[in-house]
Amino acid sequence: MKKGISGLVVLIIIVVVILLVVSWGVGIYNKIVPMNEKVATEWSNVETQYQRRADLIPNFVNTVKGAAAFEQETLTRVIEARAKATQVTVDPSNITPEQMQEFQAAQGEVSSALSRLMVVVERYPELKATQNFRDLQVELEGTENRIAVARNNFNEAARAYNTFIKQFPNNLIASFTKFDDRPYFEAREGTEVAPTVQF
Amino acid sequence: MPLLFSAVLFTVQGQTLLPRPEPSRLVNDFAGILSSGELQALENKLVAFDDSTSNQIAVVIVSDLQGYDRSDFAYRVARDWGVGQGDFNNGLLVLVKPKTASSNGQVFIATGYGLEGAIPDIACADIIDREIIPRFRENDYYGGIDAGTNVLMALAAGEYSYDNYAGGQSSGAIPGVIIFLVILFFIIIVSAGSSNNKHFRKSGPSNLPLWLLLSMMGGGRSHGGSWGGFSGGSGGGGFSRGGGGFGGFGGGSFGGGGAGGSW
Repeated sequence: MKKGISGLVVLIIIVVVILLVVSWGVGIYNKIVPMNEKVATEWSNVETQYQRRADLIPNFVNTVKGAAAFEQETLTRVIEARAKATQVTVDPSNITPEQMQEFQAAQGEVSSALSRLMVVVERYPELKATQNFRDLQVELEGTENRIAVARNNFNEAARAYNTFIKQFPNNLIASFTKFDDRPYFEAREGTEVAPTVQF
Repeated sequence: MPLLFSAVLFTVQGQTLLPRPEPSRLVNDFAGILSSGELQALENKLVAFDDSTSNQIAVVIVSDLQGYDRSDFAYRVARDWGVGQGDFNNGLLVLVKPKTASSNGQVFIATGYGLEGAIPDIACADIIDREIIPRFRENDYYGGIDAGTNVLMALAAGEYSYDNYAGGQSSGAIPGVIIFLVILFFIIIVSAGSSNNKHFRKSGPSNLPLWLLLSMMGGGRSHGGSWGGFSGGSGGGGFSRGGGGFGGFGGGSFGGGGAGGSW
């Protein structure tokens, strides 16, 4: 009889401890989820801005083509880089370093192709003087600025998330629930520096 | 390696580029190119605009961009200071770096998230090219900032759209409309006054729709003109003193919108 009671007490204690551990784990988990969501949201902002740039490029290339048709190679490079970049897909809720690298490389290719085009355009003052070109240039410059901001915001969200899931004991819960580190955008030559657009 | 790199990046970001002045002001001339009267006139105008529409336009004049790109500099200051209301992100920041013997002048208009629709980047570029830089070239810094902010105010308040601005020749046509309406009103008031009460009573009801129509027209039009036409002077100043000056920045955020120019 006495044995039965103490066994029950032990059982109750075990259940209470398990409940405490689980609710503690759930508490941490519930903090990780919105941080991960924030990273995903910032990522979609990044993609939106890159998409905005991709949407501007055909128009821009056509405008340049009208005045500088024989710069075919530079123009083709922009078009091809753009086509390649729009094919890269990233899962926003689980961005892996490989995906990030692929994305950055593809977009970096677009950036460098564009900046080469900008250099070429310098040789065509009559093109630069047209209203259409000037408007597109403003749009493109604004887009590059927005890309830079979106990338920074993404890095900040990723940093907050990474810091949180690495701290003890959060790391236990994070690894148990399979939340991985999120990669950062690296400031790399050619990607971070927007094509110099002076007017 | 990426981690390390970004850590460095973030510490750099953490610093404030330009400390927010205490108490906050909308017009901040760190380069000392405006006279105190000009400063006050601009401040009064922009504070009155903030009071009436909650759109905040901050003007920042610096003698050095500290190695930053003009867009980056403007964006960082705007974000650090929180120009605009947090709920609407309706802030604007006009950054001016005066021309010196050794460096070009730089100007940038940064638009808050909430104003990117009303003031697209191209509008900023147009304002800079048409209103600001021509005056800056003649060393009229006050005139350039004043004219630029007038158009920004009209666009931000929705008084007219960018298409109106881009299509028409800035604000020149609007005072004519106002004068016409004022004369029209005057004539109507005089003619109404000349007819006596008895007559007015009789014909009153039947005249009502006309009156309504006219007052609606007048209301709509003169609204549109008032910013472009009148705000250049000290018109706004009288209001803002009563309001007790600038109430502080509201924590608006920026997404990199805007455009710049150099001369």
